[in-house]
Amino acid sequence: MIRLVNIRKSFGSQMVLSGINLDIPDRAVYVVVGVSGAGKSCLLKHLIGLMRPDSGQVWIDDIEITSLGRRALNRVRNRFGMLFQGGALFDSMSVYDNVAFPLREKTRKSEAEIRDKVHERLFQVGLAGVDAKFPSELSGGMRKRAALARSLVSDPEILLFDEPTTGLDPIRVNAIHRLILDLHQMLDFTAVIVSHEIPAVFSLATHIAMLHQGVIVESGSPSALQESNNPVVRQFMSGQLEGPIDVY
Amino acid sequence: MLRLVRSCGRLTLRTLREMGRMGIFLGTTLIDIFRPPLQGGQLLRRIYFIGSRSLLLIVFTGAFTGMVVALQGYIALRRFGGEEALGPMVGLSLIRELGPVLSALMITARAGSALTAELGIMRITEQIDALEVMALNPIKYLVVPIFLAAGITFPLLNSVFVTVGIYGGYIVGVELLGGSSGAYFSQMSSAADSSDIWMGVYKSLSFGMIVAWVSCFKGFYAAHGAEGVSHATTQAVVMCAVLILVWDYFIGSVFV
Repeated sequence: MIRLVNIRKSFGSQMVLSGINLDIPDRAVYVVVGVSGAGKSCLLKHLIGLMRPDSGQVWIDDIEITSLGRRALNRVRNRFGMLFQGGALFDSMSVYDNVAFPLREKTRKSEAEIRDKVHERLFQVGLAGVDAKFPSELSGGMRKRAALARSLVSDPEILLFDEPTTGLDPIRVNAIHRLILDLHQMLDFTAVIVSHEIPAVFSLATHIAMLHQGVIVESGSPSALQESNNPVVRQFMSGQLEGPIDVY
Repeated sequence: MLRLVRSCGRLTLRTLREMGRMGIFLGTTLIDIFRPPLQGGQLLRRIYFIGSRSLLLIVFTGAFTGMVVALQGYIALRRFGGEEALGPMVGLSLIRELGPVLSALMITARAGSALTAELGIMRITEQIDALEVMALNPIKYLVVPIFLAAGITFPLLNSVFVTVGIYGGYIVGVELLGGSSGAYFSQMSSAADSSDIWMGVYKSLSFGMIVAWVSCFKGFYAAHGAEGVSHATTQAVVMCAVLILVWDYFIGSVFV
């Protein structure tokens, strides 16, 4: 269980998160939606200690991570994987070396074991045979899948996705969503996904929450959110220009 | 008036904050240098990048520096009939001063700027965050090898610069201008002692630390996209050059 308690974060005079409370159950596919610049990525980075809140607590099971030192935080991070918005692949390494990197650096596995694991993950994300390519030689969708393979290679319990489909065409958006669902069923991790792909994420989520002006304005099942009477949620779902969300 | 005081205060606070962050960054890196394991592959890669790939530039600039010093020195010394002092003049100025300073400035321009840009791009494309998410220490993995490589390569490149410069001076002073070959080297070896050579080594080692420190810090904390990386790279080069010259004066005046 991941629990956020009254998380507040500001940059200078700009308040980005102003009291976030969230419970993310084990093995859920929890999607956080919101307009661009709402603070979704910032929220995600709090879950893994890449950002520390000004106040509030982040609980991973029974460990409160905001006050942990580097070593203790790294022990918690070993349970996580993260797919960054741009993939964050190491551009000086091939796809194979990128995916093998966490195993080489963090485990004592032999090169043969690493090879098998890397090939298994690349096959699962549909990238068998592109081992030798460099990130700059891949399309946007392939880069995301290679990054997904790297984040899965350490068998994380919790996987964070920062806008996994940004910049992709609708077919590839669906393909990535299908891939996440299949991998979730196969590997049984908790997924926290930040996205603004409406309505595509509804087929993916077991739980969904909407972030607006630094607070969670609505959360629940995808159907509950779709039927919400909250005007902010309704405007976001329908994509209308008129409403409480300031477009400009 | 109030606005002027306010902006002065803001600038002072920003400078102090930046100095504090740089100090913490240096302290963290120095502690991490002694923490195992050593990233051997990364270290070799950095030695190759800073050292081997700067070699041609160092040979070229070293040769012409020695030639210019010999040419100007010969013209000046001839007025007083002191052409025989050309060897010591070229040797001492290269060993104590020009070798460490100019080689460090050349490496800053070639490798320091590239290191800042590389780390800056890694920062803005979240590659450094990715290392943290993997529970790896980015300073240990990225910065420590650069510090160690700079500590190894700067004194070596300095010695190449000085050696080539001395022979460049020989070509101009002896072969072209007709000075005495025996006097050039014998006067040089009697004028320069081991303390001069150690001074050059200490200087180049400390310049290496300065370049690694500033270049890594500026790249590691680059922000705001491509423009931010460009800004960080410019800042790193300017700051390295200024600190090298200031530190050169300080170390030269303290250890005369």
